[in-house]
Parts: sequence; structure tokens; C-alpha cells
Amino acid sequence: MTLKTIKSPLNAVRKPLNSLIDFLLTGSEFLFAGLQRVIGVRGMGYFFVLPNLLVFGIFILSPMLLNFVYAFTGSDNLFLSDRPYVGFDNLERLFTCEDYFKVNSCREDLFIRSIRNTALFVVTQVFFMIVVSLITALALNRKIVWRGFFRSVYFYPVLLSPIVVGLMWRWILQENGILNSFIVTLGGSKVGFLSSASWTRFWVVVISIWSLMGFYTLILLAGLQAIPDELYEASSMDGASNWRKFWSITLPLLRPTMLVVVVLALIRAVQVFDIVFAFSGGGPGTSTFYIVQYIFRNGFAGDTKELGLAAAASLVMAITLVGFTLIQLRVRGADDAL
Amino acid sequence: MATDARTKADNRGFFTRTKGINRLDWADIITYLYLFLGTLLMFGPVVWIVLSSFKTEAELIRFPPRALPYRQETVVVEGYEDPLPLFEVPMEDGSTVQLARVRRVGLEAQMVDPANPDEIIKADNTQIMPVEAVAFEVSNYKEGIQSFNFLRYFRNSVVVTVAATFLTLFINSMAAFSLSKYEYRGRNAVFIIIISALMVPISVILVPAFLLITEIGWNNNLLGVIVPGAATPTGVFLLRQYMLTIPDDLIDAARIDGATEWGIYVRIILPLAGPALAVLAIFSVMWRWNDFLWPKIVLTRSENFTLQLGLQAFQGDLQVQWHLILAMTVLTILPITLVFAFLQRFITTGIATTGMK
Repeated sequence: MTLKTIKSPLNAVRKPLNSLIDFLLTGSEFLFAGLQRVIGVRGMGYFFVLPNLLVFGIFILSPMLLNFVYAFTGSDNLFLSDRPYVGFDNLERLFTCEDYFKVNSCREDLFIRSIRNTALFVVTQVFFMIVVSLITALALNRKIVWRGFFRSVYFYPVLLSPIVVGLMWRWILQENGILNSFIVTLGGSKVGFLSSASWTRFWVVVISIWSLMGFYTLILLAGLQAIPDELYEASSMDGASNWRKFWSITLPLLRPTMLVVVVLALIRAVQVFDIVFAFSGGGPGTSTFYIVQYIFRNGFAGDTKELGLAAAASLVMAITLVGFTLIQLRVRGADDAL
Repeated sequence: MATDARTKADNRGFFTRTKGINRLDWADIITYLYLFLGTLLMFGPVVWIVLSSFKTEAELIRFPPRALPYRQETVVVEGYEDPLPLFEVPMEDGSTVQLARVRRVGLEAQMVDPANPDEIIKADNTQIMPVEAVAFEVSNYKEGIQSFNFLRYFRNSVVVTVAATFLTLFINSMAAFSLSKYEYRGRNAVFIIIISALMVPISVILVPAFLLITEIGWNNNLLGVIVPGAATPTGVFLLRQYMLTIPDDLIDAARIDGATEWGIYVRIILPLAGPALAVLAIFSVMWRWNDFLWPKIVLTRSENFTLQLGLQAFQGDLQVQWHLILAMTVLTILPITLVFAFLQRFITTGIATTGMK
């Protein structure tokens, strides 16, 4: 009885809504039937791919090519006709140092610092991300109560915006924040998490793992669940120990999934920007200044626009990303050949 | 049945073995400990932000912070215009009474008994304790919404997210239909070019993409945020893989019955691709709602800001106005949290099966 009364208003809307949709669909069919008569069935095939291809060509493909133009031209002018050709000057400027062991002697020391910071971040973040995600996926793969709930719990931070995540953790880690209050309660003294370079670097890694691990955990979990039970049963009959099963069955069979996760994590880690922008703004000093922030600063945020440098740095980053992907394809190809 | 599952589960080995709850061994206990600790770590920060957002400014700078927001009790006393703050005052005989403070003069506090407002009682300011009660202060939200221009940013975020998601679903599904169900020259080339863009994120093409937006005149226009990201390689790939599983016979039969190509797209392909479209819709909403770098470059005037831009700018404008920032942060995560609460099972399984973000 109650169900009926709840449903009835919805049903009242549904009928006119359906006929409205039907009317629109019929109208559009009539319209495009005319088009089909002109261009034919094959033409419709081209027509369907056209809008996506246009947006893609204009906003992704052509910028990819134009980026080269920017990287090899100078001045702070955005319009291409006003940019003189400078050859490899921009790229050279990025990598010129008097002494390669002293960052301060580099012409664009900020770029070299950003590269160093990014490399350090990528290596540590991806490594610990994989470890934590794998442990979590293994835990979730056991027969536990509330599995769906736990799986969602780890995924929740993935949905939060990087700006929110950055601000949130800044509030937690600030001088008078809750973490410092725990430390003081336990008898320690306050730690300047946001004023020390190494602490800030450490927390950037922790925060980015916190906010993204749920995603990788889900993918690894799907990989774990795809491993056939028969393998474990057979190895039990052969008397294999649990460690042995983990090393000889779980890890090797998880390899393809692992590879995807590593490459996805690498590609994302290289692009680290917005979380850090909100959390530390690249500081203190330049300790959490990463390569995307370098591009952003030179192209859009600085007082003098160095678009050529920004584009050259983009190029360096693009080459790195393509490199990662090619390695993945290579390894995958080797796997398939086996 | 139950024993079957048990032996099957026992075979999975140390890290992967699964067991019923009835017989907890130490590995189960560690698992549950780990998962509960994880839950605390995942939700804790968000809960802390929500609690903090209801605190007064004075309460926010207090160290060590208290878990719940408190507010000092006040009383209206006859003869005084404003409500007076209430304190616990220790008396000479060892008892404590609740008195309202009229004013403080150096170390001395002039108190008054609310029941007897004519007599001023003097007390030591360091000895009196404020009477407090747990109270969720909404003034941060009120003030924030006014000075932060929340509704404007919210509207912009909604416009961008909704329009971009519809556009993405529309053009991606058309392209996926074409790439999966038509035979023509250059089809594979188009597919490979689109997929190769998976490795080229927007952060790599910021400068030239900005040039194009400027040439078109979409600076400070929401269209400049909505359109460029709509041709997502992820979406085309996901939908194409799904549409490949739709049998061609269905389409041929429809053609024989006189359906047009467009009719096949809107009446057969779109309804059948529903689950894949839903997954892409969730992704798109997530991407667009949380997007920062590209909108930051396209939108420079504050009336065009999305929530993320507003939040970031707000933090830069008012260095330490944490009470407002916290409240606005909570409002910003509220919509996405609600979506998650209702669709979480669907989201997590969708991502696990497609492996995309």
C-alpha cells in the first residue's frame, strides 16, 4: 500500500517523460535519415566519429604538435607569428650547468630542482603505493565480513578533489594541528611538519598515497580474484607452504595486473601538482616544487612568461611519459611471447 | 556446501586464504586490525575536518584541540544589553557557583549572579572556568557562503560537470559506435591515435592548448573548460570495448527492418551500452568536479571560478581564515560524498572491472 503511494508520482512523470524522449528520438531520426540519404551508410560511419575526432584534433592533437613550435621559439608572446625561432636554446637552457654536481650553477636551477624533486617523489611514492595497495588488496581478498564496506572505505579518498585533500592535510599537520597535539600528549614536542623540507616531502608522499591507494587496491584486488582457485588447491595437495604459494602462484600470476598498476602509478606520479599546490605550494623553499609546477609557473603564473621554457619542459615530461608507456608495451610483449 | 567452501578457502595459502568468521586465527585478527586501522586513517581526516568546521575561531586556535566543538554558555542578565558569558567560580567555602562575567579589569573579573543582578561579585580571572557545552556553530558556513561566493562557484562547478559529462558521453559513444560497428579505411588509425593520447595528459600540452582557447576567445568562458576535455581517450576505449560485445546480427536485423543508422545508435546501441555509459558518467563527474589545473588556466576572473578554484584562491587571499576554509571544504566534498554513499558498490565494481581512471 505504502509502496504504491510512493511510486505513483514517479509513474505519473514517467509516462509523459517517455513519450517526450520518444518524440525527440523520432524527430532526430527523421533529421538524420535525410543526412543518411545524402552521405550513405558508410558516410554515417564517418559522421559518427567526426565530433569526437574534431574535439580531439583541435584540443589534443594539434597542441601536441604546436608544443614543438613553442619549444623551439622564444619571447613571452603567446601568438606564434610573433615568436622568433631560437632552435635548441630553450632545451639547452634547461640543461646547462657549469658544474653538474652543483644545482646552483645551473642556468635554470629551478628546473633541475623540480626534476630532482619529481624523480625522488616518483620513486618513493610509486614504491610505497604498490606495497600498501598490495597488502590492502591481499587483506580484502580474504574471506572477511563487510568486505564491500572495507573496499569502499579505501576508495573514498580517491573521490576527493586534490585541492580538498591538500587543504585537509595542511589543517591536520599545522603547528597547532591534531597530529602535533597527539605528539605533545605522548610527551614529545611540536614538529614543524610544514616548515621543514624533509618533513614536507615525506608528507607529500604520504598524502598522495592516502588519496590514491584505493584506486590501485581495486585493480590489484580484481587481479587477485582472477587467479583460479584450482592452482591453490593443487599446490595444497603437493604440500606447498603458504609462503611458497604466495611467491610461486600469487605474485607471478599477478604480474600483468602489477605491470598496469606500476605504469599507471608512474604516469600519475610524474604529473603530481594540485595536491601539493594546495598543501605546500611547492615549499618550503623549493623542496616540493615539481615539474608540472615549473611548467605552470613559467607559462602562466610567473611575472615574466617564459612560454618556450614551459613548452620545452613539457616536452621533456612528455618524452618521459611516452618512455614509461613503451617500456610497459615492451614488457607486456615479452610476457605475451612467453 | 559450507565445508566445500571451507576447504576451497583453506587451499588459498597464507596471504590469500579466506576463512569463516567462526574460527578466527591470528591471521584473521591481523587482517581485521589492519582493515579497522585503515578505516580510521581513511575517514579520520575527513571527520576531523567536519568537526573542525563547526568550531568557533577561538576554539580553532586552541591547543591541544578538543575533539568536539564547544561554545561558551551565555545568559541574558537583567540590566545588561548583551548576553554575558557564564563561568564556574570557586567560592571561599570550596563550592563553585555559576556566575556571569560583566567585565574584566586586569586580573580581576567582575561577576554577577544571574538570579541577583544588582550585586557585583569580584573574582580572580585565572581561577574562573568558562561553562561550555557541545555546540555545532554554523556561523562559519553562513559567513563563508557570503564572503566566499559559494553559490556562484557551486553553480559554475555544476554547469561544467553536467555539461561536460553529457558532451563526453554523447561524442564518445558516437565515436565508439563508429569505431566498433563500421568498416572503413583509416578506422584503425583513428582508434590508435585516440588511444595514444592516453599517455599525453593535459599538463603536457598546457601552453599550446591555452593558445587555442585564446584564439577561439574562450578565456574566462566555461566552454573553454567544458569542451577540450570532452574527447576522452578513456571513454572512447571503454565504450568501444563494450560495444564490441553487442552482436552485429542485432544491427543487421534492424537495418532489414528499415532502421536508419542514427535510429540504430539511439534505439539499440545507447540502451545496450547503458552499464558502460554509467561507468563513464561516474568517471566524468569525478574528473570534472575535481579538476583544477586546466580550469585554473582558462578561468582567471573570480566570477567564473569553479569550487576548486575558489577554494584555492580563498586560501591564498585570507591567509589564516581557517574557520571559513574548513566550512567551504566541507561544502565542497558534500556532493561527491553523497554520490559515493549512494553509488559506492556500483563505483567500486565498475572501476575494478574496467581498470580505468
